[in-house]
Amino acid sequence: MTGELSGILEHVDRIGKLDLDGVEPTSHVVELENVLRADEPRPSLPREVALAPAPEPSGGAFRAPSPQADA
Amino acid sequence: MSELLELTVAEAAAKIAAGEISPGEYGGAWRAAAAGDELNAYLCRADDGGAGGSGEGPLRGIPVAIKDIFCTAGTPTTAGSRILEGYRPPYTATAVQRLEAAGAGVLGKTNMDEFAMGSSNENSAYGPVLNPWDRGRVPGGSSGGSAAVVAGGLAPCALGTDTGGSIRQPASLCGIVGLKPTYGAISRYGMIAFASSLDQCGPLTRDVTDAALLLAALEGRDPCDSTSVGIEGGIAPPSREDLKGLRFGVPRELARDSFDAGVREVFEATLARIESLGGEIDEVALPSTEHGISAYYVLAPAEASSNLARYDGVRYGRRAEGAGDLLEMYETTRSQGFGAEVKRRIMLGTYALSSGYYEAYYGQAQKVRTRIAEDFDGAFSAVDFVVTPTSPSVAFGLGEKTDDPLEMYLNDFFTVPMSLAGIPAISIPAGLAEPAGGGRELPVGFQIAAPAFGEQKLLEAAYALERAVGFDARPGGGDG
Repeated sequence: MTGELSGILEHVDRIGKLDLDGVEPTSHVVELENVLRADEPRPSLPREVALAPAPEPSGGAFRAPSPQADA
Repeated sequence: MSELLELTVAEAAAKIAAGEISPGEYGGAWRAAAAGDELNAYLCRADDGGAGGSGEGPLRGIPVAIKDIFCTAGTPTTAGSRILEGYRPPYTATAVQRLEAAGAGVLGKTNMDEFAMGSSNENSAYGPVLNPWDRGRVPGGSSGGSAAVVAGGLAPCALGTDTGGSIRQPASLCGIVGLKPTYGAISRYGMIAFASSLDQCGPLTRDVTDAALLLAALEGRDPCDSTSVGIEGGIAPPSREDLKGLRFGVPRELARDSFDAGVREVFEATLARIESLGGEIDEVALPSTEHGISAYYVLAPAEASSNLARYDGVRYGRRAEGAGDLLEMYETTRSQGFGAEVKRRIMLGTYALSSGYYEAYYGQAQKVRTRIAEDFDGAFSAVDFVVTPTSPSVAFGLGEKTDDPLEMYLNDFFTVPMSLAGIPAISIPAGLAEPAGGGRELPVGFQIAAPAFGEQKLLEAAYALERAVGFDARPGGGDG
């Protein structure tokens, strides 16, 4: 994979040589303003539905291994 | 029964609305057809596939094949990845909900390159999709399954997603119509994210009228996706019969771009068709588009590396067994769950975003993106549309490009610039050509791009051209 990544980076490096001083970067093509919705309560997914796809649901929460193996 | 499968979506919807055929009869015919999938195009078929939604809308009784990147409540959704094997989402994507509200039903979920990363469908964890025209060849990607089911007579229409060409290129390679709408035309809610500033869903259909029909149902603002804006005025069925007064821009750069002679021949014949319909062919300059692939393969992996951080084995999807601590669980889950191309892009993206390289890669790529958008703005001040071949070649052989990722990436050369600029583009089948190495003739797509939110005008022009081209070839099947 090292060789493949080098080949791709070599191709991509071409843009590094372009003179783009003063060009504004585009992060998003559609002009958008911050959209706010009314702050009203509405139903959300029931807890058991949201937990159903979890590998290890436990006590109404997601269970994961401890950050320290011997903890 | 087979007569039902010959109908376009628009024809079938009209017959259902008139009571000439029943949704049950029509859906049953398609369920039977889908069950005969020999192309590995479906990952799963809905139990009640195509039974239709509850709506009495314009798509009443129409079964739609859905790319497996859309969340469908209770139905497995894998995005072509092992890391989501067995995942059943708790909710349904807005795009699918909108189709259902218009009366359509989900026929099944289609195979795809893992997380939509690929141009051949060979990056699926569930095996490649075969091209219905020649089973020794790829259908294109990443919406390869969606293109193959429509071309292969396994679905009347399909939903796909396009980040750098993933609707248009497979549509081209399979001889069908594929439309990538303007970024923001359709909600991305429930559509598994690859590169969020580029991803957009759209229809894959037999003809332009069907594409318009699906887009009309799909487009619209969604409170669940703040980047969705919809298409002002909606979408009406196209009816234009000529191209008088319309100007089509051919990029000057095409002259030196390398692509198959057969593709060039079909492209030039299509330009002559445009002229015979009264359209005018002009030359336009898109000088920055030659850097489109370089910019895209910085921006898309960068966004992907961030988006894919969520697959950590905690809240949903696969978790590796037997890991000692949390970090080991993360690492093992991700190294087992992701395929080679996904890992490649996560590494590229992480590298491009890393401190010290950010400006040289990501910052520079964002500026190239500005330049490409400016190129199109300039072109559209002189012409109505920009036209190119959709793909530099016809469908290539399975395994032909898997050893060289860069060669695979260059397949998106003609489709990536429109994605970076966020503008709509459609691929329509324009003819057949022999592969460069000789052999059976295969479909060639013609790409038309329009200014942002110019979908109606784009569909009108594509409709007129489609009728003049009269593409009526069908896949012969067989093993090439």
